Amino acid sequence: MNKNLKNTLLRFQSLIALLIMIVFLSIFTEKFLTVDNSWNVMRQISVNVCLSMGMTLVILTGGIDLSVGSILAISGAVAAGLLKNGIEIPDLNLFVGFTFLGAVIAGLLTGSALGWVNGLAITRFRVPPFVATLAMLTIARGLTMLWTGGFPITGLGNSFAFMGTGWFLGIPVPVWITAVIVVLMVVLTRKKRLGRYIYAVGSNEKASGLSGLNVDRVKMIVYTLAGTMSAVGGLLVTSRLDSAQPNAGMGFELDSIAAVVIGGTSLSGGRGSIIGTVQGALIIGVLNNGLVLLNVSPFWQQVIKGLVILLAVIIDKMSREIKNNI
Amino acid sequence: MSNAVLKPVLAARSVSKRFPGVLALQNVDLDIYAGQVNAILGENGAGKSTLMKILSGVYTEYEGSLLLDDEPVRFTGPRHAQDLGIAIIHQELNLIPHLTVAENIFLGREPLTRLGFIDYRKMADDTRALLQKLNSDIHPNSAVENLRVGQQQIVEIAKSLSLNARIIIMDEPTSAISEHEVDILFGLIKSLKADGVAIVYITHKLDELDKIADAITIFRDGKYITSGPAAEFTQDDIICSMVGRDMDDFFVKDEVSIGEDVLQVENLSLKHPARVNDYLLKDVSFHVKKGEVLGIFGLMGAGRTELFDCIFGVYGKSHTGSISIDGINVSIENPQQAIEAGIGYVHEDRKSAGLIIEMSVAENISLADIQQVEKFGFLSSQAEQNLAKDYIQQLKIKTPGTTQAVEKLSGGNQQKVVIAKWLATHPRILFLDEPTRGVDVGAKNEIYKLISELAGKGLGIIMVSSELPEVLAISDRILVMSEGQLTGEFTPSQATEEKLLSAAIPKSIEA
Repeated sequence: MNKNLKNTLLRFQSLIALLIMIVFLSIFTEKFLTVDNSWNVMRQISVNVCLSMGMTLVILTGGIDLSVGSILAISGAVAAGLLKNGIEIPDLNLFVGFTFLGAVIAGLLTGSALGWVNGLAITRFRVPPFVATLAMLTIARGLTMLWTGGFPITGLGNSFAFMGTGWFLGIPVPVWITAVIVVLMVVLTRKKRLGRYIYAVGSNEKASGLSGLNVDRVKMIVYTLAGTMSAVGGLLVTSRLDSAQPNAGMGFELDSIAAVVIGGTSLSGGRGSIIGTVQGALIIGVLNNGLVLLNVSPFWQQVIKGLVILLAVIIDKMSREIKNNI
Repeated sequence: MSNAVLKPVLAARSVSKRFPGVLALQNVDLDIYAGQVNAILGENGAGKSTLMKILSGVYTEYEGSLLLDDEPVRFTGPRHAQDLGIAIIHQELNLIPHLTVAENIFLGREPLTRLGFIDYRKMADDTRALLQKLNSDIHPNSAVENLRVGQQQIVEIAKSLSLNARIIIMDEPTSAISEHEVDILFGLIKSLKADGVAIVYITHKLDELDKIADAITIFRDGKYITSGPAAEFTQDDIICSMVGRDMDDFFVKDEVSIGEDVLQVENLSLKHPARVNDYLLKDVSFHVKKGEVLGIFGLMGAGRTELFDCIFGVYGKSHTGSISIDGINVSIENPQQAIEAGIGYVHEDRKSAGLIIEMSVAENISLADIQQVEKFGFLSSQAEQNLAKDYIQQLKIKTPGTTQAVEKLSGGNQQKVVIAKWLATHPRILFLDEPTRGVDVGAKNEIYKLISELAGKGLGIIMVSSELPEVLAISDRILVMSEGQLTGEFTPSQATEEKLLSAAIPKSIEA
């Protein structure tokens, strides 16, 4: 095989895998290649892409964020609750109502704040990221239960529903929102100082610190961004279902980590890309959808998904070795 | 010496090793004799390390053959080579940081009690005995991560001794240890020789050869150049064969005019983080002027690196004393403030503290002052490439391009990239900690020349080194440190190796 072809194949391996899956599903299922289903898949994927953008940044610094699913839930619930019920403080005889925009901003700030707390635990108190975000996974889930009383908050109105279900220029709104975030993240990682610092910190924290980088600040920003993007995911989910579910986003951290890893980002930090993660999220999304359409039992779905993750990482590792030998 | 009748214990015949795009070794022959120190010489990239990795079973795919006791042998892996009596002490130490000294030495061959549990007492006792042989007071149960590089090297040496190896390969064993420790090592090598052990000794320090080498083999660009008894080579012959051209004698620094004080340090003290009433630095006061190269000599553990780290803000606010730059008192609590104040710091450990090894030459050069390659708040790849090109040209960095990963460069060129990174911050003071460690002869001279040029441009340079000839050759003034204190100040004309050493030796050892 000539070198250029080999190189191209290796470079686009995720896309090729994705293409093969799409062709396979188009032939073996009737519904896969319909307009409805395609947009449906894209809408579903957009939530995971949002979470995975933050996750990519975190993993690039050599960390991990297990709390994205729970932060998604609390952020969606805060936005939904404020929009529907406002805040009432009987002692002060005070009631604050929230507009659509106010509720959305409050939801986003909730995510940012919890992400910031993750960052604080990791930088100020030197708690390992795995432990700090594991704690936040539980805390944020508990807060969601407290806030919702364990019941869904429903009936959020048309403008709120527009975020998750609306269309703009023939493309679903959540896909637009996600696309904008992806573009911003690509610019951030490739063209902004912070992006360069994220890679540097993930590759060699000591050398980065001695080169005058504020390592702790980089981490604070990254975890805060991860929280914020989880909140975006939370708003999208809540809006699509027109309901904030107390158990929304459970296990989403796993799909998100899987997307990052399938996308070729190294769990030890310093190597990977946003575009890789988007491809990883697409592969997982199409796989999830395909397995349902193929009537595979939910039990087998989990087994197959796990195997795909394993296979993707093995292929990525092998192709990296081949690349080094070209 | 009668190499003609002597049979080599280990030999390589027409060995070639190919890496992607590079022929690292080309039909190389090598003979290793028992009871001798077989010195292997060559510049970085000459293929020494590759050949050693083949001899120690790390690389199993190569062309040609190895002969062990005249029998062809092909190692299946490092363990196989080890079982056949070949030990290697890598230049980059292979110890596990969290484990103790004893656990590292007996890793994979832990002594067991009758019940099948690890016999920690025996392990510690054996380790203590090994370390005593090395005249070292390292505690068998201290964690390796708490040891300094020099001490870790001693642990590596102890480990290979414990393997009872017939052939011990040492890849630049003296590159990171103090003169005192070198003497101990050489004593040990002599006793190993007497026991019939073959030592394969890779070094860049040519002045060591007189003291210990019996046979010399020289490589250049992956090819065998020459070999023979050490007595038949002069230092000039060796350098000539290594670099393939004649070289001037040792570097002589240009005279530059020396200006005002640029850095003044008064009564700098730093408490030991763990031990009460013990200091890493105690009452250190000195100054360096514009255009001056201030050499700091000291043995390992003298506090030289701590001095740099402390001034550079690595220890935060925990120091006392004052630091002034250009006569203005500055407060430095972290590296950012140090850089803003005009200090650049080439760290002693290039890989772990100098470079982002996965990143390109250009990305490494711009890292410490990335603002200058930004346009409208975004990184400009064009500006970054231009910055890198400037320094590649100015420092004569040998690289295929600005986007080359620094990982693939030789030690000398990596060091130049680190220096370029600091020059790009436009420093007024440059700290150089062991700037020529792991750098070959040709590149060493280029770095000396560079230091001299930078001084000529008015930088105040402080260089820490444990290589005496280096300190003597390029310093305008020499300070000696011992046990966290300054113990002597010399001009190069006053200074002799004896004077510097006697100032550097800790009083507690002398007593």
